[in-house]
Order: sequence, then structure tokens, then C-alpha cells
Amino acid sequence: MKHNMEIDGIEVTFSEGETILEVAQRHQKEIPTLCYDPRLEPFGGCRLCIVELEGARNPVASCTTQATDGMVVRTATDTIEAYRKTLLEMVVSENREVDVSPLRGYAAGELADLRDKYAVNSTRMAGAKSGTNKTEDDNPFILRDYELCISCYRCVRVCAEQEGDHAINVMNRGFHTQITTEFDGLLKDSACTFCGQCIQTCPTGALADKKALRAVDEVADAMPDKTRTICPYCGVGCSVDILTKNEKIIGIHPAMDGPANQGALCVKGQFAYDFVQHPDRLKTPLIRGEDGELHEATWEDALDKVAEGFRKVNAKHGRHSIYGIASGRAPSEAAYLMQKFIRVGFGSNYIDNCSRA
Amino acid sequence: MSNPLVDMQKPEVIFCIGTNMTECHPVAATGLKKAIARGAKLIVADPRRIGLAELSHLYLPLRVGSDTALLLGMAHVIAREGLIDEAFIENRTTGFDEFFEHISQWTPEWAETITGVPARDIETAAMWYGSANKGAIYYTLGITEHICGVENVQSLCNLALMTGNIGREGTGINPMRGQNNIQGAGDSGALPNNYPGFQAVTDPEHQAKFKTEYGREIDLEKGITKVTALELCGDSIHAMLIDGENTLLSDPDREHCEHALRALEHLVVIDIFLTETAELADVVLPAAAWGETDGVCTNTERRVQRMRAAVPPPGQAKPDWWIICQIAQRLGFEGFDFDTPKPVFNELCQVSPIYAGLDWERIDKSEYQWPVPHKEHPGTPRLHEESFVNGRGIFSNVHYRDPAETISDDFPVWLTTGRRLQSYHTRTQTGRAQGIDYLLPEESLEVNPADLETWELTDGEWCKMSSARGSINIKVKATNRSPRGTVFASFSFADVPVNLLTGSGYDPITHTAELKVCPVKLEPL
Repeated sequence: MKHNMEIDGIEVTFSEGETILEVAQRHQKEIPTLCYDPRLEPFGGCRLCIVELEGARNPVASCTTQATDGMVVRTATDTIEAYRKTLLEMVVSENREVDVSPLRGYAAGELADLRDKYAVNSTRMAGAKSGTNKTEDDNPFILRDYELCISCYRCVRVCAEQEGDHAINVMNRGFHTQITTEFDGLLKDSACTFCGQCIQTCPTGALADKKALRAVDEVADAMPDKTRTICPYCGVGCSVDILTKNEKIIGIHPAMDGPANQGALCVKGQFAYDFVQHPDRLKTPLIRGEDGELHEATWEDALDKVAEGFRKVNAKHGRHSIYGIASGRAPSEAAYLMQKFIRVGFGSNYIDNCSRA
Repeated sequence: MSNPLVDMQKPEVIFCIGTNMTECHPVAATGLKKAIARGAKLIVADPRRIGLAELSHLYLPLRVGSDTALLLGMAHVIAREGLIDEAFIENRTTGFDEFFEHISQWTPEWAETITGVPARDIETAAMWYGSANKGAIYYTLGITEHICGVENVQSLCNLALMTGNIGREGTGINPMRGQNNIQGAGDSGALPNNYPGFQAVTDPEHQAKFKTEYGREIDLEKGITKVTALELCGDSIHAMLIDGENTLLSDPDREHCEHALRALEHLVVIDIFLTETAELADVVLPAAAWGETDGVCTNTERRVQRMRAAVPPPGQAKPDWWIICQIAQRLGFEGFDFDTPKPVFNELCQVSPIYAGLDWERIDKSEYQWPVPHKEHPGTPRLHEESFVNGRGIFSNVHYRDPAETISDDFPVWLTTGRRLQSYHTRTQTGRAQGIDYLLPEESLEVNPADLETWELTDGEWCKMSSARGSINIKVKATNRSPRGTVFASFSFADVPVNLLTGSGYDPITHTAELKVCPVKLEPL
């Protein structure tokens, strides 16, 4: 059943259970958020998404308030925008750095974008700061720059709600707030599986992709190119965006709209991509020589040798002496052509793939 | 999978058997965790106390290779307690009366003697699954990599059919596929028994169709499986073309496998690295890798998705499709003059009824799950909603069989194998990804702490592990994940080639190797 409400003077419909923020976003209202990740339960921590609700004494957080019939909401009055600016000033003042490399993570630029949009700086609220970097954590994947942390708890919540790992939590309160593992140790010694979801949801780059940062010199404004594809590992088929720069893969972002993963990834999909660039990659065809060793060769020579070998075996032993094994790792075009090669070429069904092992 | 991945959040009761999902399909496991958070009950049957077992409400630690007995016992209880879905059985299935008769003898008490799982836990599992309005089954290779893989799957089908837990949201029989495009490889016809789209090669209609499509007579009988082909190497098989498989490390009984490949007169391997298998080849052809080539893959829920090139391949490496076309053209074969992968995929769609409604453009947004029989069809997220493809669901009167080899005085320990979260298969990829070594630097043998003394082993020290086929050295790791009398290792590390030991037997129908069961002997080094 559809319900009606009014947002900024316009009558809109919504479904049971939707929050004001969700309805507003569906109608292209730009409501600022920091602690909000659409994949997680509403949290209401940062208060930036406040809106005016007719009949309510104070502004309400639109991310935690469910839409109800007849509601009248104003999303961007002068008062609301002033509140937001003050809230942002406080957040920014606590933060040592706001302009961070986009390679830190999928959402790393959210705070900087809002700072620019609301033209705030840290001077008016300058003072105490929270968070201490966990420099002793030498893991190769997740940088723990908690000096940039704004205590939005997105990392804690994504770890618990999205991944179900519960590896990190919040220690202390106020200016002493610190995101940490049990007994304040290394991620390796916790329940962390290094899926990287905390990196990708962090809105300030406090948790960052160490591997991507290692890959190129950190340049804050240099956004890498993105190519949408599917993870090369298991059969779940998670959608990812490959980040590239100068024809080199420098990182992976989960595709938040990927139908199989809805933004989730595991350690392999997130971090085990650089085999592609490993020096061990085969770069030329190889032919076994008279000496019994494999030697580099041209495609012409290699393909001739391949064809000659199949021709000889076919002539000597017949068409049922030739077998093809297709890959479960290569694209379907390869598997299709492998079976076509055997069936068209030799008229047999002597073809299989690697699924029996 | 009969059901889509999004359904994983929706069952009331989830029955996971032979699937180490949090390590092997971690993102799929997040769906189950969400279901549990919403109140779903999780039953886990696995010989090892895996991560999923820790999350479960009921854990059934069955002996390796005893799945059929467990599932017969559960079917017995479901029938005895009247938890069957009579309307579903009446309208959608056949053979229930005989099956009902058959399972009356397989009591949970009998199953306990085979599986080691207490009869009352088998009863509880059956009661939970049988009573659920939405009960879903998930399994992986722990079910199929046995000599009785087919019976195991049939036993799971029996449970779903008798309770009507199929064809609806949050139900189903859901095998998780282990490789990014293993589903697509089968869909594409790289099978000895099927043309593309699972059209049986023995069906006269399909034979006629492909005779026309491919312009020649093709054998009317099935081909041999890879397992048989490897056995016949040097005998009747003399040449092989292998694309992207490290057969030597991933297949059972490595010595037999190496001997087989060496016996070939002509071995051509297409791969991205000089794998242990490629090292045996007469010609090695360098392929473009993931991220370097455009193409299509199909995931475990039958979703057909585009892979896209982001960077050029190194040196002279070329996409697989190009390489195969070049070989075919040099041999004078017709129908291989392709310039891009797009017309190749479109040809696959044209000859395959399950892809008939698809083409290169239509799959751009990953929207379709096959079957998609025509262009107006929205795809099929959930199979078997109205009916089964072959008419009625058939109950199978299966019997329990012992594994090919069982423990003895010579080999008194059960070895079972699998993957780990941080490494993938034979580590040709993850072994070359920076940082992975920090999390998993080496392989180890997981041994129950209470077993150390019995076998004179020391935690962290090396031991010699032998089966009827060979011996390897491996470091011992004491952990309660392994039950008493059973040890575990992955086959990922080349320096600990666990598949030297495996290979005791194969499922007679699918020829899938019994990689999950291998009696071994352990000695300190």
C-alpha cells in the first residue's frame, strides 16, 4: 500500500517502513550524511541529516525517522542548513586532515566534499582532538589512521551487520573515543578477515587501503579510472570496480550495486588482484626445443607447432586421441570455443572442464 | 543454485552440509549471517568445527564420508513424525510410497552408528528442517567430492521434495560453485555429455541441430570425462589442449596425473603463468588474465555477467578466445573467424535455449539469471517454481556406501582436504598477490590437540603424512577445528602437495574424485 507525505512542498508517496531520508533521496533531495551507509541499519550519530518536521519541537534525524502518512518535511531551510554547518565545523575541527587520497577508500572523500559544500573550516571550534593512529599494526592491507576518525561507527557497524565478523568496536567515549579490536591489539590477532569493508565505508579515510596507497604516490586529486567487472575468484560473482592508473591496476572497489554482493567483498576479491601484474606472467609463447627445455617463440612459430602436433596425432591415432579441457576461470567464450574446437575439428565429444576436481 | 543469493537472508531454517562457506564463499555467507541475525536457525553438518559450525544452533559433527547415512536418518525422522508436505508430494513428485517404505529401516539410531552423530541430534535437525515453512539447503564439495557424490545430492533432493522446500523464496537446494566461471564453462558445452545449454549429446534432436550448426557429423555417444582421459593418456589419448587449469596440483593422485601428461605426444597449455602443468607442455601459449580481457561469466546463482578489460595484457599475451580461434584456423576448421568476444557469446546464446533471450548488450547490467528462453523473458531467479523441467521430482532410494578407502591399521587417520579463506586453489594467483603471505604464509595440518600424543606429534613441528599413494611432509598445527581421528590440509601450497596422497576413488557417474576422504598415517619427522 502506498502512503503520502509532503517534502519541501511537494506531495510524494512512500512505502511502509521507509525512512524520511530514503524517501527524500528517492526524490533527489541532497541531504548531507556522514554516519549513513544505505546497507546498514539507521544509526543517527552524526545528525547532519536533520530535517524540519511539522509538529515536532526540534529537528529530527531523517535517517532514523520512519515516514508516516501526512508528514510535512522541510529538508533545507536556513535554520537547518545553519545547524548542519555548525555540526560540520565541529567534525572538521576535530580532524587533522580532510583532503585525503581517493585511493584510501570508496567513501574516503565524503567529509571533504561536505566541508567544501558548506564552506566550513576548523578555526572557530579549534581545540581538543580525538583518536590515535595505530602505527604498530604492520598488516599489509588496512591502514589505521585514527587521527582522521570522526567516530561515525560505520566501520564497526559494517563489520558487525554486513560481514557478521564483529572484529572491531568502540573503546572509551568523548575525546577519548577509539575504534579498536579486542584487547586493543593487531587486526591479525582479532576476528578480522581483512575483507576491507571498513576501509570502503569510512567517510574520512581514517581506515585506508594500504595496498592501493603503496601502488602509486599519494595524489589527493588524482582519481583513478574505474572499470566494472566481476571478481576472479569463487562462484559468488561479486561485482567490483578495478581502479587503474597508467595501465596499471592499483586497487579494487566493491560495486555497491553489484547484484550478487551489494557492496560486500572478501579478502581475495578486495586485495588479491595484483597477480595480474606479477613478473612471473607469461609474456611470449614457449616451445619445447630439441634440448627438452621450453624456449621463447613467436606466435607464428608456436601456433604452427600447435597445429602440426594436433594434425600428426590425428593422422597417427585418429580423432579420438585428442582431448580438450576448458577452464572454469576463463570467460565463457573460451569454454564455448574449446568445445567447438573439439566438436567441429574432431567430431567427438572429447571435451570437459575442470569441475570434477 | 535453485534459488538466488538474495534468498539466503530469508529462510527460517538453514541446513548447511559439506560447505565451509565463511572461508570459500565468504560474501555468500554474509547473507546467512543476516538470516541468523533475523532469527533463522542454522544446522551445520561437517566433520570439522569450521567457522559456520561456530555460528550454528545445531552442529552435527559427522564422520567424513558418512553424509548419506545422516541424510537417510533425517528423512526417516521427517517421515516418522509426519512432517511431510503431502500436497507437494502429490502434485509435484513421484515414487514417494516406495521411498517411504525404503527409509523406514534407516533409523537415526542406525545413522548414529555410521556417522557418530548422536541420534537425538539427527532427530532435532530433521524436526527443525521438516517443520520449517522455509527450509533451505546449502552444500559444496563436501557433498560431491565423494564416491557417493550423486547419492549425497539425491539424498538432499529427497529431503527437499518430501518437505516441499523447493520452488519458493527462502527454500531450495543450493550448491555453491567454487570458481568464477565454472558454471559458465558447463553452460557453454565444455562437457562430454552436453552441447551448450545442457542439451544432451545423445538426443537425436540436439544431434541434428548441431550437425547443421557446426556443419559436420559429431559422435552420437557421450565423450569420456577428464578423469577417464587422464587414465587413457599414452594409451588411446595422445594429445591434449588444456586451457587455464593446473591439473597437476588440483587433481587427485599427482603422480598418476604427471605420468599421464608426460605420456602425451602433444600437450598444449594455455595459461597466464608457467604452472606445474604448463611446465610439462610441448607448447605454452600466454593468455590474457582477468582484468585484461572482455568476456562473460556465470555465477553460482546462474547470473550471466560481463567481465571487462581494464588494462592491456603483458608482452604478447592474448585472450583465450583469440588463441583457440588461431589454432582452429591453422587446422582449417570452419567457424572460428572471430575478431572480438562479442559475436562468440552471441553465437553461444543462439545455440543455447537457456541463453536464447540474451546477447552481449542485454547482459551489460548483470540483470539476468538463466534460463532466459526468449527476448521478452525476465530471467529465472528461482528454479522449479511451478514445475520441474523433467516433469515430476523423483525420490531416490539411496543406500549408504563406505568411502573407497576406510581407515585401517596401516592408515588409521582420516584426511580431508579443502580450501582456506586467504588462498585460492593452487595459489597461482593468491600466491602472487602482495600481502596474502602475511595472513597465510604456509600450509599446515590441522590436528586435534588430544591426538598429538597418540601419534607422537608436536604442535608446530613437521610430520610425515602417507597414504596408499605417497608421502609428504607437513607442519602440524593443533586445533579443535579438527575432531579426534581426522586431520585437514588444503591443497593450495606446491611445497605441500596434498594431492599426492588423495585419489582413492571416483563417483561412478560424475567421475568426481573422492578428495574429501583419504586414510593416512602420521609419523613424527
